[in-house]
Amino acid sequence: MKRPLAPTKDHWLVRWTLTLIALGFIGLFLVLPLAVVFHDALGDGLDAALAAIREPEALAAVRLTILAAAIAVPLNAVFGVAASWAIAKFDFRGKGFLVTLIDLPFSVSPVVSGLVYVLVFGLQGWLGPWLAEHDIKVIFALPGIVLATIFVTFPFVARELIPLMTDQGRDEEEAAVSLGANGWATFRRVTLPNIKWGLLYGVLLCNARAMGEFGAVSVVSGHIRGLTETMPLHIEALYNDYQYSAAFAVASVLALLALVTLILKSLLEWRFADEISAAHHH
Amino acid sequence: MSLVIEKVEKQFADFAALKGVSLTAPDGAFLALLGPSGSGKTTLLRILGGLEYADLGHVSFAGLDWLTIPARERRAGFVFQQYALFKHMTVAKNIAFGLEVRPARQRPARAEIKRRVEELLALVQLEGLGGRYPSQLSGGQRQRVALARALAIEPRMLLLDEPFGALDAKVRKELRLWLKGLHTRVGLTTVFVTHDQEEALELGDLVAVMNEGKIEQIAAPEVLINAPATPFVADFLEDAVARSPNTNLRSLVRARTK
Repeated sequence: MKRPLAPTKDHWLVRWTLTLIALGFIGLFLVLPLAVVFHDALGDGLDAALAAIREPEALAAVRLTILAAAIAVPLNAVFGVAASWAIAKFDFRGKGFLVTLIDLPFSVSPVVSGLVYVLVFGLQGWLGPWLAEHDIKVIFALPGIVLATIFVTFPFVARELIPLMTDQGRDEEEAAVSLGANGWATFRRVTLPNIKWGLLYGVLLCNARAMGEFGAVSVVSGHIRGLTETMPLHIEALYNDYQYSAAFAVASVLALLALVTLILKSLLEWRFADEISAAHHH
Repeated sequence: MSLVIEKVEKQFADFAALKGVSLTAPDGAFLALLGPSGSGKTTLLRILGGLEYADLGHVSFAGLDWLTIPARERRAGFVFQQYALFKHMTVAKNIAFGLEVRPARQRPARAEIKRRVEELLALVQLEGLGGRYPSQLSGGQRQRVALARALAIEPRMLLLDEPFGALDAKVRKELRLWLKGLHTRVGLTTVFVTHDQEEALELGDLVAVMNEGKIEQIAAPEVLINAPATPFVADFLEDAVARSPNTNLRSLVRARTK
């Protein structure tokens, strides 16, 4: 006699079809392009690829990208924690408005946000004359690139933390206070440990985006080779110069940086699996 | 040295939670705040704990102008309805928290903290569970950890918000007896909030019946049952007592008929 299907199981054909569709989709749209990047990088041989990466301009682009991310990501982490803390733990007027504002960078085109900075800080902009007088360069310089990066990656940490902190409520903080902890001790010993995994994901996502941002940075950077070109901009410049294998070589470095981020995240998840599950079950 | 609450008022945006609450309880009392939801009992408890400000009114306790002391200096041991244990800390760390966050000068030595934690674990009958995480404990065990944590700071008073609300009936009965015994032994002035008539009447040696932000009557359980001051009190208690299978409660009523 044929065994009837378990009530919660679908037919094997359904399961296999769904799995295949999912895998096929991921392969076609995620894995294949990544593979092509690495393959084309080696189109002119490994030596040519390495040489392209060792170009002073390429190295300058890597340095600038990492520097911009190293400034923007910590700032947004601090801002994200502060904003989520305020939104999740306190009631105040204009809270809904603040939440909407945090999402703004997601809904505005990066090019537009770049242009906004040019309009404010550029030579013809509102603050342009004053900045020029005091010899401060924002647009076509590092500050502009950092500002644009901060704007675009603004929501990542906050978006990760707001639902988490709202869900956790105020009880543990109140308990800490009633046990005699001051504000800082409460934050460091209770709030921060409760959000550290969410914070880590937010920071990693923020970092990935900060290093990869093109549109906003492109507008404010001025594309000065070896000076204000980040990696994405440098890749585009190489590509436009028909230096395909060099472009792909730098692109693979960028992709590798992103992959390292992902691997780091997985490693941490694997290493602290017990702690994460302990923190999630109540 | 008693707890004196005078004309405490609290208004939330469009809701008057407390409309002038006054009561007096002797030192070492086991005071129950009993009332339906929305009667203001939890708000009053949170004001005593310093987690909420009173708009108006005055509280004195142990010779102190209670409401002017910041929450973290008040040493009011607060046990939350959902316990609010620190999920990421072991039971021992939870209990030690109040001692470890003290300023360096007042902080006991590490060995002393460890000794106190062991002592409290024994008091709440959780010996050997100090290394567990809250998620690995049953509801009743978490409740007792929360209590031990509150007792660790050598509180001036103990505040319990619906202490048995989240427990099943059997555990609730056991813990109730145990808590009563603990109160007798420790002798701390204890205020607890409940919406359960039976619980309030059986546990409290003084019960304040609250309704719509006011105290309807505050008295010993047998007085409440036998001489309710307002129709609300009579109504609120009558059914509950009559229906209760609890012989202790019914014996209170019988005292009246004698």
